[in-house]
Amino acid sequence: MNEEEIKQTVIRLLKNIAPDMNPEELQPDDSIRQTLGIDSFDSLQFVVAMDEAFGIDTPEEDYGKIQTMKSLLEYIKSRMRK
Amino acid sequence: MVEYRMPSLGADMEAGFLREWRVKPGDHINRGDIIAEVETQKGIIEIEVFDEGIIGELLLKIDDKVPVGTLMTHILTESEAKTGMKVGEKEEEKVPPKEAEIEEKEAKVAGEAATPPPAIPTPPPIPVHRIRASPLAKRIAAERGIDISLIKGSGPEGAITRKDVEEAVTTQPRPLSEQASYDAAQQPTPEKSTTDTMRMAIAAAVSRSNREIPHYYLQTKVDMSLALAWLTDTNKQRSVKDRLLPVVLYVKATARALEEVPDMNAWWDNGLQRKKDIHIGFVVSLRTGGIIAPAIHDANKKSTDELMKDLSDLIPRARAMRLRSSELVDSTITVTSLGDNTVETMFGVIYPPQVALVGFGGIKEEPWAENGMVGAKPVLTISLSADHRATDGSTGSRFLTELKKYLNQPELL
Amino acid sequence: MNDKQTIKLTYREALKQGMLDALRNDDRVFLMGEDVGSYGGAFAVSKGFLKEFGPDRIMDVPLSESGFTGAGIGAALGGMRPIVEIMTVNFSLLAFDQIANNAATLLHMSGGQLSVPVVIRMSCGTGRQLAAQHSHSWEPLFAHIPGLKVISAGTHEDARMMLQPAIDDPDPVILFEYTAMLNMEGEIPADIQSVDISKARVRREGSDISIITYGSGVYKALGAAAELAEAGIAAEVVDLRVLRPLDTATIVASVSKTHRAIIVEDAWQSVSISSEVSARIMEKCFYDLDAPVERLCGIEVPMPYPKHLEEASLPQKDQIVALVKKIVNYG
Repeated sequence: MNEEEIKQTVIRLLKNIAPDMNPEELQPDDSIRQTLGIDSFDSLQFVVAMDEAFGIDTPEEDYGKIQTMKSLLEYIKSRMRK
Repeated sequence: MVEYRMPSLGADMEAGFLREWRVKPGDHINRGDIIAEVETQKGIIEIEVFDEGIIGELLLKIDDKVPVGTLMTHILTESEAKTGMKVGEKEEEKVPPKEAEIEEKEAKVAGEAATPPPAIPTPPPIPVHRIRASPLAKRIAAERGIDISLIKGSGPEGAITRKDVEEAVTTQPRPLSEQASYDAAQQPTPEKSTTDTMRMAIAAAVSRSNREIPHYYLQTKVDMSLALAWLTDTNKQRSVKDRLLPVVLYVKATARALEEVPDMNAWWDNGLQRKKDIHIGFVVSLRTGGIIAPAIHDANKKSTDELMKDLSDLIPRARAMRLRSSELVDSTITVTSLGDNTVETMFGVIYPPQVALVGFGGIKEEPWAENGMVGAKPVLTISLSADHRATDGSTGSRFLTELKKYLNQPELL
Repeated sequence: MNDKQTIKLTYREALKQGMLDALRNDDRVFLMGEDVGSYGGAFAVSKGFLKEFGPDRIMDVPLSESGFTGAGIGAALGGMRPIVEIMTVNFSLLAFDQIANNAATLLHMSGGQLSVPVVIRMSCGTGRQLAAQHSHSWEPLFAHIPGLKVISAGTHEDARMMLQPAIDDPDPVILFEYTAMLNMEGEIPADIQSVDISKARVRREGSDISIITYGSGVYKALGAAAELAEAGIAAEVVDLRVLRPLDTATIVASVSKTHRAIIVEDAWQSVSISSEVSARIMEKCFYDLDAPVERLCGIEVPMPYPKHLEEASLPQKDQIVALVKKIVNYG
């Protein structure tokens, strides 16, 4: 899975949670939750879906590392390498 | 034989559309079974039954719009079902023909734009319903141009009396009643978007609350260090799917505190009516605007894991507007959490007939003085809106103290 | 009325003075009935009359209701103004043929040539533990018959004043009096000259509900209305007084104002005065009604002898209060 594929998957997952928003327009440093208006419940749902899609396991203490699109993509890539 | 009528799914509901029958005549049903889907301002609601028996004749057609209280079907005993399924039909025959004609006429007027008159000489069965109102109430409503079908009766068996009509005149501002409720009740299909009608329903509910309920407000702060540590610890051993959110603690702590202070777990209906079961209405905000507060049933008897599972089931269904009737009407208190934004405190509007609403703000790091020392702590602000007719400040204060106690000892939850 | 002078007297004394007036005013008036003379009346209403007016005008008669009522009707046809006393209403059945077939019909059957200006007084009612054969409330029975005028003295004022206009009436009048009230004291205006026996009377004004009643129900209803006033409910008490022909206009005016009504009577409920009043309200003021008309009537059993059962068989003040509260609080 290359970076573009990862990004498209993330956008699709975010779209499921916030169907009324355009996650593709997120800037690399935008806060995902604030920009898309995602609450704690939805964000948990997103992590569940993300872990499933990429075959990773995101511990709670890492939630701080996935706040923006840029950091999220970095994080997924690093976890997938393990 | 039990008459099954269009249920009231909240104080603000006047009428509902039958969108689907999930049963057919002769089906055996048990308590809790879903027999139909009804559309209201709160979406399509699955309607549950609370009796066991055999379904009689279905008296409404798909897409019929009828007021709350309209007979939908009968639930028959085994022997009644054997002796004849036509119980419902007989009742309809009893209605004098004139009545049926009037109903038909009304239905036609209402449906004129949408449906062309049927070519077949025999018209389709029209749902038979009567509005229970005193002759005087009807006369006054007619004189003042008020749609009596929108008024809730306070008389014997729900009959509408002069007082009800006169109150409707003063409390329903004309533009609101004409545009929103009138449309909602008269149009065969909703012309407005669900969001608009939901906005109007919320408007009606909170206006009523603000008008009728003398609110009082209390607030307290909790050091959440222990609770958050417990949560982190618990979640560490779990896969993402099984992790708990802080709201689960809020719901559970509220339920436990209600066990200690039962006056908060009540309805106000000509007096305080304590409720035995604790059903917590959890406010879910919809992405398209509006809120809905489905009930988490028996929250005090459920573990934090079970509550998390309930929330994971309820929240998506609430957002998809696919709730069950009991989830809309059973709540005995409301919990709302605005913690995902930067808001610290919220003073909510009580949802009648409940007598209290608990608001949880965001957890924010703050200087916290304790035992002569000041430190930075994650602090949660909890507020209580309560009905002063039902309880006084001391009761509210006891409730918040209990709630705080449980949040300080998360292992007890 | 507070600034006016009143006289205090018992219901018995009121009846007595009414008869004395009538006997003194007109020589054609005479009283006939069982034990009205030497015994002074079964209920001591005509005590001392024999001495003042003599046996021609205070006439003891044999125990034959049909016979002496017929004689009274005959005397009326002959130009006299007889007061026929039937000791209690239960004995009136023996005279019913004379009343229904003669007194009530002769004006019509004679093409208007013969009028029957007789007054038949009957002690009526309940409350004295006289059991099933002596405790009837048969006002509805007589009110059913065209050709009669039926009036009911539910207050001291009417007990005192109703007899004279009844005698002056050219047609047969049945006057109901209430034995249970004989010893009850009441006040009447000192200067009262007459009462109108063609109209019902509003005994207490109110705006929330009309309590429509007559006879022994009037004081119960007034008592209930006083109690209801303390609870903030303004009940209007309508005393029908004239049971035939009913004063529909007064009933309609009251119900059109209050929008709610209950009807109270001792008589059995089925086919009663209250049935008729209820029907008229529905006919004349349906669109003014804010609640269904309710009735409190006698329980439909032969009157029991024991006191507590007798009381339980009849509408009481507390029941009126409770029913009114139920209706009004809903509305």
